[in-house]
Amino acid sequence: MDLEYSPEYQAFRDEVRQFLGEHGSKAPRPQGGDDRMQPRDWQQLLIEHGYAARTIPREYGGYGAEPDILKTRIIAEEFARARVPPGHSGDNRLVPTVLELGTEEQKRKYVGPSVRGEVSWCQGYSEPGSGSDLASLSTKAELDGDEWVINGQKIWTSGAKTADMMFCLVRTEPDAPKHNGISYLVFSMDTPGIDVRPLVTMTGEAFFNEVFFTDVRVPKDQIVGKRGEGWFVANTTLRYERGGLGDPNEAENRFLRIVDMMQRETVGGVSLMENPIYRDRLLKLQARILAMKFNGMRVLSHNIKGEEAGLPRWIVKLNGCELNHQMAGMAVDVMGELGLLYDGSPYLRDHGFWQARYMLDLGLIIGGGTAQIQKNMIGERALGLPKEPKYDQAAA
Amino acid sequence: MDFALSEEQRMLQDSISGYLEGGSSLECVRQVAEGGGVRADDVWQELAGLGVHGVLIDEDYGGVGLGHLEAALIAEALGATTTPVPYVASSIMAPTAIAAAGSSEQKESWLPRIAAGEIVVGVGVTEQIGRRESDGITSAGGNLTGKAMFVLDGAEADAYLIASDDGAMHMVDSGEVERQRLKTIDRTRTVAEVTLNGAKADTLSGSTTSREALLATIDVGRLILAADTLGAAQTMLDKAIDYAKERRQFNRVIGSFQAVKHMCAEMAAELEPCRSMIWYAAHAYGAIPEEGRAMACHAKAHLAEVGQFVARKSTEVHGGMGITDLLGLHYWFKRIGFNRQLLGAPELVREEAAKAQGWI
Ligand SMILES: Cc1cc2nc3c(=O)[nH]c(=O)nc-3n(C[C@H](O)[C@H](O)[C@H](O)COP(=O)(O)OP(=O)(O)OC[C@H]3O[C@@H](n4cnc5c(N)ncnc54)[C@H](O)[C@@H]3O)c2cc1C
Repeated sequence: MDLEYSPEYQAFRDEVRQFLGEHGSKAPRPQGGDDRMQPRDWQQLLIEHGYAARTIPREYGGYGAEPDILKTRIIAEEFARARVPPGHSGDNRLVPTVLELGTEEQKRKYVGPSVRGEVSWCQGYSEPGSGSDLASLSTKAELDGDEWVINGQKIWTSGAKTADMMFCLVRTEPDAPKHNGISYLVFSMDTPGIDVRPLVTMTGEAFFNEVFFTDVRVPKDQIVGKRGEGWFVANTTLRYERGGLGDPNEAENRFLRIVDMMQRETVGGVSLMENPIYRDRLLKLQARILAMKFNGMRVLSHNIKGEEAGLPRWIVKLNGCELNHQMAGMAVDVMGELGLLYDGSPYLRDHGFWQARYMLDLGLIIGGGTAQIQKNMIGERALGLPKEPKYDQAAA
Repeated sequence: MDFALSEEQRMLQDSISGYLEGGSSLECVRQVAEGGGVRADDVWQELAGLGVHGVLIDEDYGGVGLGHLEAALIAEALGATTTPVPYVASSIMAPTAIAAAGSSEQKESWLPRIAAGEIVVGVGVTEQIGRRESDGITSAGGNLTGKAMFVLDGAEADAYLIASDDGAMHMVDSGEVERQRLKTIDRTRTVAEVTLNGAKADTLSGSTTSREALLATIDVGRLILAADTLGAAQTMLDKAIDYAKERRQFNRVIGSFQAVKHMCAEMAAELEPCRSMIWYAAHAYGAIPEEGRAMACHAKAHLAEVGQFVARKSTEVHGGMGITDLLGLHYWFKRIGFNRQLLGAPELVREEAAKAQGWI
């Protein structure tokens, strides 16, 4: 057990802090201000210093450092501590996938612009008939000369209204078994025949959409991986996405906000923290958040050594998303009537952060693989329990 | 930065678990529990040979001088096998108190015998956590008067470590007290009521001016009880998974039913982070003093909650078999329940964690 950072990493942390001290105040923020940088300039500055797109090779627009998990973590920690918006690595699902499985031309064409923030992406996987059972998807693409012709519908596509490009799963081999008939295509959202219709969610915003395809024509070479191997490619992407959901450090930061709020807010002149029932609930949550934080340190240590973390990794999405939702629920509860205010109402605390999170975090329990699907995977892959007899196989 | 056990720590784990698997088999547990015994003497002696009782005791006093993480790994192995030995009181809490508050003569007199497993020390501190049916314990002129209830590992101890109401701690010879074993749910450790009528006491000299040594003794006891629960709960989960892979109903193994699979997944998802929490709390106790108490309290309360959840769900996975004596699953269930109540149930201990963080 060694929780100390070696001098090399300590020095690296100091470097990041110094950078944040010098430049942090120029970071773009929603509230704006004249001295703020534009998001793309900020991103460029971060790439130049190796604080964004750190391990992406230089020829594809990144900083080109050797992968070093601990340095990546230190950057994230220091940006969070300084409350400075971090950079990005393009799209955390698409970019690693293209780097791993794309052609040289695809890497040059897609990675650089994504990393620089010039091109944004949306994920066209789910369909009305295919959610958890994603491999049953039916949006089809047929080859016509040098082009794929796509027909069908996607749903729950986050950010499709504003995204420049989509990475999309389509069925190209209708006669193959379901997992072997899928291909992974990338194309511009401006392609004729794409119709995006926003879906309003319970928060009142419309960040996801239905996307309809009618004879959408996409050049033949805009396929990542081989024809019929899209399921494998997609799982590469999902692996990257799942790693990000339920991040325990983010959970701890939110927890500290609740502590702060409970010390500040009063009911009848008494701080919320002095209420023993609220306090007990807070401490119960804290224990679970700490346990997941230490679990995260354990996973990180495995990763650094190139070991498979196993069960400690499998539980991150399930527990992390659940805890985020419970935290939001607790924050709303202890606010009493203040917790029902919304939409910029007077007296709203924290710009309604907790009210919104209570709804958004429920979405994240469902999105990216539902809690039930996570439990299936924990049971089958981590604990070795037998799969359920498959209905479709039994029937076939 | 490496959040993992060292090679030496893994070897320690392997050697203790390796021995206990055979040494403290279910038959051994049954023998002590059903026969009304207080401990498995042969196991106790064998553990002495492995250095277990001296894990926290300095080499100068005959111990092996390891840290709280090693002590927790041993506790985990003991919990995993519900080993009937007085480890928590005699090998952990008493040496902690003596090391923290004893004079060099007191250390010289007590620690080597404890480390060798020659004597068993029962520990009576619960009056100072939450006094129930006792008027407390007073100390005057080297004599103790009062009643210590819930004295851990106290049935046939050779000596007692008793805390008096002023926060001082005292070593008392068993000949000086009247004691009565209380029947508890868990027959793998003992609890006694110890009555003191002007009992001659050897007061730990460093404990008379400050409560710190007493609080440290309680902290470490909580941490080690939590580690014991981790081991016991892990065994219950492992047994549930094994059973779910074997038992067939409706022409299928029950582990292929989602309701059963999800019970197992939920147990694993709750329990696995507890391992990291115990590692951290045990490491922090020595290495990060400002977090030590809060972490020990959190570990105690959280393992109590997760332990209870696992104990209940694992029993359910076993169906009717789970509540019979045939499998012996109840020994783990009860061990977890015992650990939950002792030295403060979760609500009480969470309040301590809040205090330790300066929130009240
Ligand atoms: C906030 C959010 C953002 C999203 N963004 C995107 C996006 O950008 N792109 C995209 O493609 N998709 C996106 N999704 C879709 C998401 O991936 C799906 O919602 C998710 O996979 C579940 O599919 P479904 O909604 O069809 O639910 P269903 O699969 O119909 O599930 C309904 C219920 O049945 C349960 N269930 C289903 N199968 C099983 C099983 N085998 N065992 C046990 N229980 C089962 C589920 O757990 C759930 O409780 C997003 C979803 C959310 C909530």
